[in-house]
Amino acid sequence: MKQVTLTINGKSVKTSPRSTILIAARSAGFRIPTLCYHPRLASVGSCRVCVVEIQGRGNLAASCVTPVADGMVVRTDSERVVAARRLVVELLLAGGEHNCSLCAASGDCELQNLAYELGIEKLDFPVEAPGYPRDTSNAMIERDLNKCVLCGRCVRACNEVQVNEVIDIGYRGARAKIVTAFDRNYGDSDCVFCGECVSVCPTGALREKAARFKGRPWEFQKTRTTCVYCGTGCQLDVNVRDGRVVKVTSDFRHGPPNYGSLCAKGRFAYDFIHHPDRLTTPLIKEDDEFREATWDEAMDLVVLGLSAIRNQEGPDAIGVLASARCTNEENYLLQKFTRACLGTNNIDHCARL
Amino acid sequence: MVNSRMSKEIVINVCMGTGGIAAGGRDVMDAFIEAFRERGVDGRVEKHCAVHQVGCRGFCARDVLVDVSLDGERTTYQYIQAAMVPRLVEEHVLGGQPVTEWTVGPEYHAFHDRQVKVVLADCGNIDPDRIEEYEGVGGYTALRRILSEMSPGEVIDVVRESGLRGRGGAGFPTGIKWKICADNESEVKYIICNADEGDPGAFMDRSVIEGNPHAVIEGLIIGAYAIGSAHGYVYIRAEYPLAVERLRRALDQARAKGYLGKGIHGSRFDFDIKVKLGAGAFVCGEETALIASIEGERGMPRSKPPFPVFKGLWGKPTVINNVETLANLPVIFRRGAAWYASVGSEKSKGTKVFALTGKIKNTGLIEVPMGISLKEIIYDIGGGIEKDRAFKAVQTGGPSGGCIPSQHIDLSVDYENLIRMGSMMGSGGMVVLDETDCMVNIAKFFLEFTQSESCGKCTPCRFGTRRLLEILTRITRGQGRPDDIERLERMARTIKDSSLCGLGMSAPNPVLSTIRYFRHEYEAHIHEHRCPAGVCRELITYTIDPERCKGCGKCRRHCPVEAIEGQPKAVHVIQQEKCIKCGSCFEVCPEKFSAVLRA
Ligand SMILES: Cc1cc2nc3c(=O)[nH]c(=O)nc-3n(C[C@H](O)[C@H](O)[C@H](O)COP(=O)(O)O)c2cc1C
Ligand code: SF4
Ligand code: SF4
Ligand code: SF4
Repeated sequence: MKQVTLTINGKSVKTSPRSTILIAARSAGFRIPTLCYHPRLASVGSCRVCVVEIQGRGNLAASCVTPVADGMVVRTDSERVVAARRLVVELLLAGGEHNCSLCAASGDCELQNLAYELGIEKLDFPVEAPGYPRDTSNAMIERDLNKCVLCGRCVRACNEVQVNEVIDIGYRGARAKIVTAFDRNYGDSDCVFCGECVSVCPTGALREKAARFKGRPWEFQKTRTTCVYCGTGCQLDVNVRDGRVVKVTSDFRHGPPNYGSLCAKGRFAYDFIHHPDRLTTPLIKEDDEFREATWDEAMDLVVLGLSAIRNQEGPDAIGVLASARCTNEENYLLQKFTRACLGTNNIDHCARL
Repeated sequence: MVNSRMSKEIVINVCMGTGGIAAGGRDVMDAFIEAFRERGVDGRVEKHCAVHQVGCRGFCARDVLVDVSLDGERTTYQYIQAAMVPRLVEEHVLGGQPVTEWTVGPEYHAFHDRQVKVVLADCGNIDPDRIEEYEGVGGYTALRRILSEMSPGEVIDVVRESGLRGRGGAGFPTGIKWKICADNESEVKYIICNADEGDPGAFMDRSVIEGNPHAVIEGLIIGAYAIGSAHGYVYIRAEYPLAVERLRRALDQARAKGYLGKGIHGSRFDFDIKVKLGAGAFVCGEETALIASIEGERGMPRSKPPFPVFKGLWGKPTVINNVETLANLPVIFRRGAAWYASVGSEKSKGTKVFALTGKIKNTGLIEVPMGISLKEIIYDIGGGIEKDRAFKAVQTGGPSGGCIPSQHIDLSVDYENLIRMGSMMGSGGMVVLDETDCMVNIAKFFLEFTQSESCGKCTPCRFGTRRLLEILTRITRGQGRPDDIERLERMARTIKDSSLCGLGMSAPNPVLSTIRYFRHEYEAHIHEHRCPAGVCRELITYTIDPERCKGCGKCRRHCPVEAIEGQPKAVHVIQQEKCIKCGSCFEVCPEKFSAVLRA
């Protein structure tokens, strides 16, 4: 496709005609701050943090939703632009309860970063938080709408990515807020606890309940791994502090297969990791009693047992069940082992294993 | 036996717009029918006898308005109630003597004489529930001619030549909008009539639909033909039950007569119209929010581009036009583009309907040629300021507009001039203000409206308008800060600059324009804690002048909180700490004493 050329802050930039100003500017090395924008979600241009000045246009344009055009002349840092961004962030700070020292998101909050980046030192308005009660009714997610900036990212995540359609924007004007159907609390809604909303929330409005007071964002050591629950192979980050997993997150930049999305199990069902009942070594049953064994010992026992059955009763006396929770590769190996080593076609799977 | 004085043709028109009905129009109409039946008038008339309901003719303050036409000679009565009907029938219809004390006076004629009625021409003359009456005044002839003689391109050319611009607010040239949409290749296109009309005090579009729904329908069909659309919508607010009812009836009649449906009037053009009810959110008048609302989504604007002519309803090219815009079209085609372009000013053609309200003698709905001066509207049509007080300003464009002060009373009213003055045409609200109106308070009134009607999607509008309102409120309470005017100006400009849709972009206009022309009023509130117009309660003190008080006690008896003390025939005193500034004492102190002072 033919490229278009536009001028951003005096620099000539070539880009695809399908690009937005935001993408073009960022790829040319100019920083435009954003808030309601999220690369995984459709852009709506609602927060107005990413506004830029376009020559010949009366008002400022939200760069995340404005397509580039040939010959366009854009400024991303003019006085007008900065004044608008500052007003937006000041209005947001004054319109909620952004008491960072008490907030789980501090250090991992886009609003906090914006305020700092724009050099806001004090607010021109009295703080007027809406005073919503904190919603702790959902088993996994804690919701504090006093910290919500109404970016709508959670709504798009729930409706567009997970297509669960649990939340939307309700009411109008300064009373507008994120609501479930009939504005019930999260616990009584149709929420399936996938946590997609939490993962995209830029502030402390939506947070993982179990991780509260278990560590600050900068104290976590993130280790990327593959989810063990099913064969999809979702990429996730275990957030570890003092040798314990405090929460599980993901990141859209990890790419396929999940682009940062997780299901309720992958995101929230990690308590087995430190559970006292968890098996950490193989057990061998002797005289109706289990005893701990080494892996070599256990393997030998399995080989012995399977060989004995095959020799006495023939290979078809053995059946193998694979699991949907294994990866493709693991399942492939298992059927290979069944057919080639054991010599039987008795291989099946059960999704619940 | 036929009475020798009996007229050959008797036609009674009863004003039955929402205003007329509220004033008792239905009872008046029933009373005529009843009286005619009782006297057997029907049977005695040689040619024709009819009692008609007609739509609003603008002068709602005088409802119920009734025309009695005997053999073509029309007398108009005002303030008619059902109980007055027997006398009208007895003396005028049967006796031939008009009841002069009930007829309209010269102001009624002055009110109408300076108007030029294009859109409203047939409102108030024809029965909106009967398609035959619309056809009788030339209705649907334009459509028939277009379908049999003109190509869509030719239709668009005529609209462009006429110079018609959108009446919904922005004044975008209608012909160009149609052309862009027509040039877009798409199997499916839509055309929508915007009848959301959410400005406080506006009722132009409602009156047009109530008084002449077929004109809007004909306009919509013409537009659909021009752009190549088979599906139309009228998006109308549910708070307009009468308009909805008449519109639905009109659509049924148009369908029955073959103006809607498949192969309209023998052509190969198919088109039909659905009615969609809005829930009364101001922002749903904004075109992208309106589209979202029709699609069943929350009525929230989205950012443009893409404009609806490229990607509108269900993602298809869509034209959205205002009611009044559409109602102009049949007339443009009947009388020709050149005629239409000859009415109005250089860049604004045709007429505009305004809802004239406020401190003016003749309030109501008016239609005037573009380019008419404010002075003509206010003094010739409006009859001047109530109680002959001093004219101060006129607010146009509703909550998105601004005010124009008295020194610009000669301004000729068109799109460009209003914008130049810091206001705008909007959908046609015109509120006249006099010396007893406080301009800070006016700005506050409109901000109260916009901040509660903001959809909440974008930050500058959601919180910014609320903060503007907060500052205005503290100024009217005498708690304004020295730099509040600059703060208001700075914020207002940035909100305009950075909001997502037209609501936020225009919401600060009332603030900016009142500061522009009435900065001294803001300053008086902030620096002197004084409301020059005597409106802002917290800044008023009522006192009793001991020299003038004769101790009649009237104020004491009327004070609702017993704040006034005094013995009969002795000087009375207001206890300031008890006074709630209701102004009752000021109102009731006999004029000959005028002892209560307001400052
Ligand atoms: C907040 C807002 C409210 C509006 N309300 C109306 C309305 O009630 N009726 C209307 O016709 N246009 C309204 N408009 C303008 C429409 O968006 C649109 O421009 C118009 O319907 C186009 O028709 P026209 O070209 O015939 O004027 C509104 C715009 C905004 C920003
Ligand atoms: S957890 Fe998932 S289903 Fe529940 S609201 Fe968030 S995104 Fe929607
Ligand atoms: S809860 Fe979070 S993601 Fe949702 S709108 Fe509020 S700030 Fe945005
Ligand atoms: S300007 Fe106001 S009404 Fe328009 S999108 Fe923003 S919040 Fe909604």
